[in-house]
Amino acid sequence: MSYGHGMGLRGAAHIAGVYEHPGRHLPDLTVAQIHAQVAAGALADAGLSFSDVDAYYCAGDAPGFGGLSMADYLGISCRGIDSTESGGSSYLIHVQHAAQAIAAGHCNVALITLAGKPRTGGAGPGGSISQSAPESGFENLFGLNVVAGYALAAQRHIYEFGTTSAQLAEIKVAASQHASHNPHAFLPDAVTIEEVLESPMIARPLHRLDSCVITDGGGALVVVSPEIAATLSRHTIPVLGTGAAVKHSTAGRIDLSHTGASISGPAAFAEARVHPADIDYASIYDSFTITVLITLEDLGFCAKGEGGRFVADGGLLAPFGRLPFNTDGGGLCNNHPANRGGMTKVIEAVRQRRGEAAEAVQVPDCELALAHGTGGSLATRMGSATLVLGREL
Amino acid sequence: MSQLPTPNPPVTADSLPFWEGATDDRLVLPRCNGCAEVIWYPRHFCPRCGSADVSWFEASGQGSIYSFTVVERGQGRWAEHSPYVLAYVELAEGPRVLTNIIDTDPDSLSIGDVVHASFDHSEDGRGVLRFTVR
Repeated sequence: MSYGHGMGLRGAAHIAGVYEHPGRHLPDLTVAQIHAQVAAGALADAGLSFSDVDAYYCAGDAPGFGGLSMADYLGISCRGIDSTESGGSSYLIHVQHAAQAIAAGHCNVALITLAGKPRTGGAGPGGSISQSAPESGFENLFGLNVVAGYALAAQRHIYEFGTTSAQLAEIKVAASQHASHNPHAFLPDAVTIEEVLESPMIARPLHRLDSCVITDGGGALVVVSPEIAATLSRHTIPVLGTGAAVKHSTAGRIDLSHTGASISGPAAFAEARVHPADIDYASIYDSFTITVLITLEDLGFCAKGEGGRFVADGGLLAPFGRLPFNTDGGGLCNNHPANRGGMTKVIEAVRQRRGEAAEAVQVPDCELALAHGTGGSLATRMGSATLVLGREL
Repeated sequence: MSQLPTPNPPVTADSLPFWEGATDDRLVLPRCNGCAEVIWYPRHFCPRCGSADVSWFEASGQGSIYSFTVVERGQGRWAEHSPYVLAYVELAEGPRVLTNIIDTDPDSLSIGDVVHASFDHSEDGRGVLRFTVR
């Protein structure tokens, strides 16, 4: 075993099953039903059943009381339960926690689910600050919304580093070209830089096409011990590295140019014993184009301030760009269930590692894949999580 | 005075000295008696050193724009007030605070511009901290 006391989680667990709900518009299903459908899908993908599951993980999108309501709905006999809530990064943190629990012998088969209906369920875009939050009186009075919060980070990046709106648009252009190969994508048409820049301005400098889609849907993961993985016929993917971080507002010394990825990324690379240059494919949470650009810098794929140049000229295009990213079209084009993109980031990274991405965007010999999730408000009060999914040990 | 939405703020025991000052158009902030950090957002706790021993003092009300966005499409009651300017202002005392820049042409603003505190008042008389370039 490569893991043990103080040795990290390298190889402690495998992702054995993944499932992404094909629906983007699900008016006739409840959120609980979508959780159940994606759970069944991921277990079937792994070759396992509900009776094999002994730990359940979910975040704030799960209806009811923490994880208890859905564990009860699904009939899971849990030895472990975890409802860590850190927005869109929750599900990557759940993978880390599941690997920890498996390494400790507390469970063998962990099920992680996400589902939501922001398109047809009446819930608005996520990320708002609840009135009970201690910061609400100092952030809720000024017309802050999710786009505007990310626009503040984008404006600062443009000021500090000379990043351009056209460079940001390149991120959407690459995602849209990938989405054109995904029959389930909510926005399946490739767009140009000009189309992004001519789309309506929402909060300067972010346009509508700098923003993710709002869709119904869901996804699930099954994380298992190496011993269980060895009994399955499905291609399981070892979790090589995990990193999680909470970046906060530091008594008001807010730094909009760095995200928690600058902490979670190096932690995940160190645990996996690899470097950014080793990564063949990356799923990067893309709530907005600026989210991708800053995250790429913080993960170390390029130097701070160089993100604009890194993504330019098709840098993110699969299969042969500098760093093929979000080959399902990502949150910018494919889907954004529950307004949380972390789950689908892991799913597409697993598809790439298995060689099961869409043919036109499959990265040849994809041995090392990275997935990164972002939750909360970019760079100010946020959860970040990074996974390195790898080659066989 | 701006025409922006200015609802009654959620005043709590934790933040009361700030709101009492703002009622009288004074920017009152907590400073940690342990490590001297000026703390934002206002509370009886220092997130830098963990002390709950703070003093409240009147700040200068001077600052500069750290970042800003012109929100072209606000949500809810802010839709009819669009475009409006949302900003982080770096106070002379250090913290960067979320706020609006008011009484200005959005196209004339730049990061680094010097700004001054200006309080809008809610129905219950509390002051909401905004900034003007004048």
